Amino acid sequence: MSVLDMIIQQSINGLMLGIMYSLVAVGFTLYFGVLNVINFSHGDFFMLGGFMALILYGIADTLGWTQNVPLLIIYLFLGSMILTALIAIITARICVKPVSKAPMLISLLVTLGLGIAIREAVRVFYPRGSDPKGFPTLLPQGSLSIGNIVIRYENVIIFVLGVLVIVVVNYLITKTKMGMAIRAVAQDGEAAMMMGVDLDRTIDITFLIGAAVAAVAGIMNGFYYGQIMFNMGAMMGVIGFSASVIGGLGNVYGAIVGGILFGLLETFAAATLPMGAENKRVFAFFIVILFLVFKPTGILGEKVYERV
Amino acid sequence: MQKRTFASLLVIFSVVLILSLVFTACGPGGGGAKKTVKIAWIGPLTGGNAGPGIGGRNSFELAIKEANANPNSKYTYEAVFIDDECKPEVGVQAALKAASDPEVIASVSHYCSMVAISTVDTFHNNGLADIVWGAVLPAITYGNDYKEVFRVNGTMIQQNKVHAEDMVKWGYKTVSIIHDTSDYGRGHMEYFSESAKEVGLQILSVQGVVTDQQDFTTELTKIKAEDPDVIYFGGLAPLGIPLRKQMVKLDIRSQFDGTSGIKNNSFNEALGPDAEGVISYLEGAPLEELPGGMKFKQAYEAAGYKEPPEAYGPFAYVAAQLAIEAIEKVGPDRQKVVDELATTKGKDTIIGEVTFDEYGQNIVPLVTAYVSENGQWVPLSQSSYKEGGTKELPGITFMKEKGRR
Repeated sequence: MSVLDMIIQQSINGLMLGIMYSLVAVGFTLYFGVLNVINFSHGDFFMLGGFMALILYGIADTLGWTQNVPLLIIYLFLGSMILTALIAIITARICVKPVSKAPMLISLLVTLGLGIAIREAVRVFYPRGSDPKGFPTLLPQGSLSIGNIVIRYENVIIFVLGVLVIVVVNYLITKTKMGMAIRAVAQDGEAAMMMGVDLDRTIDITFLIGAAVAAVAGIMNGFYYGQIMFNMGAMMGVIGFSASVIGGLGNVYGAIVGGILFGLLETFAAATLPMGAENKRVFAFFIVILFLVFKPTGILGEKVYERV
Repeated sequence: MQKRTFASLLVIFSVVLILSLVFTACGPGGGGAKKTVKIAWIGPLTGGNAGPGIGGRNSFELAIKEANANPNSKYTYEAVFIDDECKPEVGVQAALKAASDPEVIASVSHYCSMVAISTVDTFHNNGLADIVWGAVLPAITYGNDYKEVFRVNGTMIQQNKVHAEDMVKWGYKTVSIIHDTSDYGRGHMEYFSESAKEVGLQILSVQGVVTDQQDFTTELTKIKAEDPDVIYFGGLAPLGIPLRKQMVKLDIRSQFDGTSGIKNNSFNEALGPDAEGVISYLEGAPLEELPGGMKFKQAYEAAGYKEPPEAYGPFAYVAAQLAIEAIEKVGPDRQKVVDELATTKGKDTIIGEVTFDEYGQNIVPLVTAYVSENGQWVPLSQSSYKEGGTKELPGITFMKEKGRR
């Protein structure tokens, strides 16, 4: 494998990692944009989405519904998105919404606690929940070789789907009436209410979209890595948040830029730096610190949109 | 009249007193109420290593239950379970909690090396016997001269020596190493590297990964370009599973060998057919081959535990037995128990003979290679993958394809 081949192959690895980060980062951007809340339980909703899909797959398997793979995939995605979103809305009403007007530190702590509660609930209530769980292989497993470069079909599907989800979220936020309501609440909640926007409903919808996107990311993560684990959302949450900060917290496309940049930074640090594999996160987070110091608004922050 | 009432009351009282004395003497205690002695168990009950942790806890509890059911026991034993989450800072708190309870006379502690190495000072300072049941880092026993620290399982030195020698026997020449950056993973990497050099294996690369990493495509892409005969992994199952999975997805067909940290049920369950042909090493002999091993297996099943004992459950069971025997012999005195444990020599247990050397380390002469076959860990010598067996290890097939064998 030549150096160029290695760079291209590692770039593909970085893009795949980056799209996972981007999907989680979108949720952070959304919550911050609407509620001014840094929702640290978001990483755990990402994990919950994967587990919901695993439960739904178990049901389908018991009932013998696993013959039609495309339908099965749609069922897993839709089912998991709905269930995860429902849980997110309920938990948001109970513990996030009451503190949304409190200082950011309070909501940060509340969501951090909520994340731990979700994580431990999965560990306790899912059968042998502390063990890593194998995820069904449903996407095509072949690969395309261009010289020494190998591109797996599965990776192409996951990448395209990831970008598509982010584009759809952006469309929902910027082009629809619902999105307008969300943006109105983001700018000034009280003024939006005076104009007839239902604040509670808008917040519910934000959590619905955020959790549904997290569920999609969780399932894609399961397909890509072939396994899920109850604690996989913890670090994913921190990285997703960092990616959204790099891209510009509050900007949907910034989440893509931040996520992919973080993925590429990690990948090339691991591939090229001495002892890079074990220090790649140190390197990537160092870049985050640099961004926070020199460009706290992130790459796309406040240039394209004010917030969401 | 009053005198008669008093006499009747006196008779009733005497009868009740005699009966109660008789029942107490004949009751389960045999000789009156026994003194309760506490023994602590510390290990991971939450977090990614909770699987082997719960297996160890159940096995420990089984030994306690058996001692309590034994009419000859001088004491009633109470198990104190403390979760260390496989995190050093939590482990030190757990050890302090056990040590600060004067009723706790011994502690059967730790599955994770990074935790066990952090708590030796706490046990030493408090004079509490610390019988390690799962952690394999040599420094836990050999890195200090604390009389309180014992270990029933072997160390990674023996494990890796045998592992490297076996690789040469199989005809492998080149190895790429991935290890987690904890004391456990790094220790395995170091001892394996030393042994590998001694036996003439060529190490192509060494890459460390953090313990919560999930994506290994970057590291594996580098390894794919190196084209090694074997990928050696020093780490635990939560990392070993995604690593193996991604290795298959990237079509890397080198042999995948791990340490004792991947020898648990979750590895086979999560990977399914992708686990086939993976090798791991564990100290001691297979349970079925040891005196009392089958009895332990049956007793464990009869106790109704839902979770399997996992690889180190038998070690936790033996550690508890040793603590109980020492207490039975010298009484519930921490210092005396430490001194008594230090004299353990040639003790027959379900993990084989236990002899503590001057460092409190059990000298385990035996290390067994296991292979994942049809979703189970099977001793390599009893599997279809043994030399001359009906199946071929993936690494051997790969080397033949490459014309290296």
